[in-house]
Amino acid sequence: MWKYRTLNNCNLAVSSLFCSRLPANQTKFNAVCNSRNKSTVTENQSFMANIFRGSLVSKQVFPYPDVLNAEQKELTNSLIDPFERFFSDVNDAAKSDANSKMDDDVAKALWELGAFGIQVPADFGGLGLNNTQYGRLCGIVGANDLGLGITIGAHQSIGFKGILLYGTPEQKAKYLPKVAAEQVYAAFALTEPSSGSDAGSIRCRAVKTPDNKYYVLNGSKIWISNGGIAEILTVFAQTEVVDPKTGQKKDKVTAFIVERSFGGVTSGPPEKKMGIKASNTTEVYFEDVKIPVENVLGKEGDGFKVAMNILNNGRFGMGATLSGTMKKCIELATAHATNRVQFGQHLKNYKGIQDKIAQMNILQYATESMAFAIAQNMDAGSQDYHLEAAISKIYASECAWYVCDEAIQILGGMGYMVETGLERVLRDLRIFRIFEGTNDILRLFVALTGIQYAGSHLKELQQAFKNPAANLGLIFKEASKRAASTVGLGGTDLSVHVTDELLPSSKKTAHCIDLFGQTVEELLIRYKKDIIHEQILLTRLANAAIDIYSMVVTQSRATRAVNLNLPTAQHELNMTKALTIQASDRVINNLKDITSSRQKALNEQISVIAGTIFENGGVNTTGILDEN
Amino acid sequence: MARVLVGVKRVIDYAVKVRVKPDKTGVVTQGVKHSMNPFDEIAVEEAVKLKEKKLATEVIAVSVGPTQSQEVIRTALAMGADRGVHVEVPAAEYELLQPIHVSKILAKLALDEKADLVILGKQAIDDDANQTAQMTAAVLDWPQGTFCNKIEKTDAGLTITREIDGGLETIKTKTPAVLSADLRLNTPRYATLPNIMKAKKKPLKKVTAKDLGVDTTPRIEVVSVEDPPVRKAGATVADVDALVAKLKEGGHI
Repeated sequence: MWKYRTLNNCNLAVSSLFCSRLPANQTKFNAVCNSRNKSTVTENQSFMANIFRGSLVSKQVFPYPDVLNAEQKELTNSLIDPFERFFSDVNDAAKSDANSKMDDDVAKALWELGAFGIQVPADFGGLGLNNTQYGRLCGIVGANDLGLGITIGAHQSIGFKGILLYGTPEQKAKYLPKVAAEQVYAAFALTEPSSGSDAGSIRCRAVKTPDNKYYVLNGSKIWISNGGIAEILTVFAQTEVVDPKTGQKKDKVTAFIVERSFGGVTSGPPEKKMGIKASNTTEVYFEDVKIPVENVLGKEGDGFKVAMNILNNGRFGMGATLSGTMKKCIELATAHATNRVQFGQHLKNYKGIQDKIAQMNILQYATESMAFAIAQNMDAGSQDYHLEAAISKIYASECAWYVCDEAIQILGGMGYMVETGLERVLRDLRIFRIFEGTNDILRLFVALTGIQYAGSHLKELQQAFKNPAANLGLIFKEASKRAASTVGLGGTDLSVHVTDELLPSSKKTAHCIDLFGQTVEELLIRYKKDIIHEQILLTRLANAAIDIYSMVVTQSRATRAVNLNLPTAQHELNMTKALTIQASDRVINNLKDITSSRQKALNEQISVIAGTIFENGGVNTTGILDEN
Repeated sequence: MARVLVGVKRVIDYAVKVRVKPDKTGVVTQGVKHSMNPFDEIAVEEAVKLKEKKLATEVIAVSVGPTQSQEVIRTALAMGADRGVHVEVPAAEYELLQPIHVSKILAKLALDEKADLVILGKQAIDDDANQTAQMTAAVLDWPQGTFCNKIEKTDAGLTITREIDGGLETIKTKTPAVLSADLRLNTPRYATLPNIMKAKKKPLKKVTAKDLGVDTTPRIEVVSVEDPPVRKAGATVADVDALVAKLKEGGHI
């Protein structure tokens, strides 16, 4: 369970850290401190959000969360075996891939297994598992069949998640039993032909009937997972909302629960895709679909928030799933490297192969550590996990791609063959960097959300000074200096949280965190609101954030392994130390690059190059044989 | 209508590569995946099928062993058994527990629970004893039907097809009886996740061998547990003549 005492101590530490950075004006200092102490309950507990303002709020990462009680753990363990047996005995991932469809009897068995209602409360016919337990099962899905994973993920992780999160008691009673166990598929319909990453720009429109009893929905959605088989859809559409204060009419997104049986809902043929072929992806069309007003999900006009929260809430599952996928890739690569002899040696004896296999496992360890830190934070009631969830989605999808690619490389020609099964996994994996928020957009999300949070805190500082805005830059510089000079080289100290063997590692990470906070401040000073346009810098900042999170969660988990005296503790320590060396180097390089003039010149160059390419519609060089 | 008692044993999972302990007192069980003995799964499946065909009223799953044995009882409950009985035997004592002890325990329970049928797996995949069903029948002085390939209800009792060397044998027996399940009797169902959740609420009674009046004092001592000898590498010979010569040399022909 969460160690509440430790947490409270941490809170105090945070407050004092924050206060130490305020100006030495005693009255105001106390005032701000007091207000901070009062507001600790609502304070953002995200570790990552807080490092953007150079402060340490450790309760969500240290000690490594442990939310399941003994009974929940035993129950989870009892589910593992039948779940795995479904994949080994009933499911055939290669066949579903080849047929671009899961066999009906497999789907039926999957429903009977209970895999479609894992998080639906038992009262509504589901298994009633929490996020951590769900994550454990996701790992098994990821190891065996990602296409199938999309079918059950699109169903419960996003398809009807809105009903779980925002549904009224009536909506829950009506829909949850169906989607949990009665073989009724659900889907999440947000993306449109002209609206991908920019989800606010959707064109589907729902207009209220004059009697105020229905909405009439028109429009179309694309690339909807389960689009062709779903009976229950969470659909987002523009609605005209009257601002209660100003009385002005405005278009705002509203979420609806739409049943195919309402009439007017049709879907296109299954899309032909690169991977995840077992899952059904189609366009969905809405033509004068009459939706009863009681099927509004959440509040009218709150649809964008509903959509984002559903996606945020489901993201951790991707990390859990893909850590299972990586585990499987590593198993295959290990088996091959152990048995294959070339040049008179088993592959495993070559340093080049050792490098690959170790690297693969380090990334798997970090991905899994992130996923289960977040899942458990969520289960402990945290609302502040969005940055971490986005980070874990980026990290998991990129690490899994790397790990699968390297597994194929280790297996050589064998890896390229369909029979081995890795090429399918690689094709399946590609979508994970694209859907549910592309990694590029999520990087900007991570950087900008963090910066916004840091900025709002700096604003508080500014108000404490009550200095004219003209001096803002000066204040920022002062604050930054103070932060760095509080304790020797930097203020951050992680040493109390990690086991002795990781002290040098934690020191490296602490240095990165200090540098990170300072860099954010420098960015704010230099670019102010225009930082939003500096995507190259923001991406670097996000990369640094991702690396920092990977270091902290692995250090926390390896410390846990030592404290529990696990037989794998030394291995976990070794991987953590290796990861820290690599990740901290990257962080420092990325952060230095953000502020270096050399990098700035390079970025400008890059812009010019890109401009030329776009102007000319592609490559604009003279071919070697073309000059005259 | 009958009450069926099914024995379920917790064994090292069939997929695990079993390792001998360095001190040669047994095999490594700690941190090793365990599951229900596969033949017992078949026995449970058969009992549950009897219930589904309304030929049985109640299925009781019994496991003899340490606390962890409850895991396989839960699995049986998730597969459809109605209630469980865990006969607790401390881990140390369990290592020397023999079929004779288990059969006495099962016989006592069969009487206490007024069972009409006892179905067991033909053998456990850990000790491969293949004795418990036969001994249980002997203790109870009930007819036995071992290595069942098919179990059919007839007016007089049961018609059983048995797997024997070189074919199948059909016998008729009255009930009560003790049966043992062979591999081809049925294909066991999976415990689905919802059923596992429901199984948590089914009753599981805990008793000790002493409660049942069965003495489980070990009568044997394990002297040494050894790995099978490693097979020596073979040799390739150039032609048939060389092979014949080699065989003669080795005294094989």
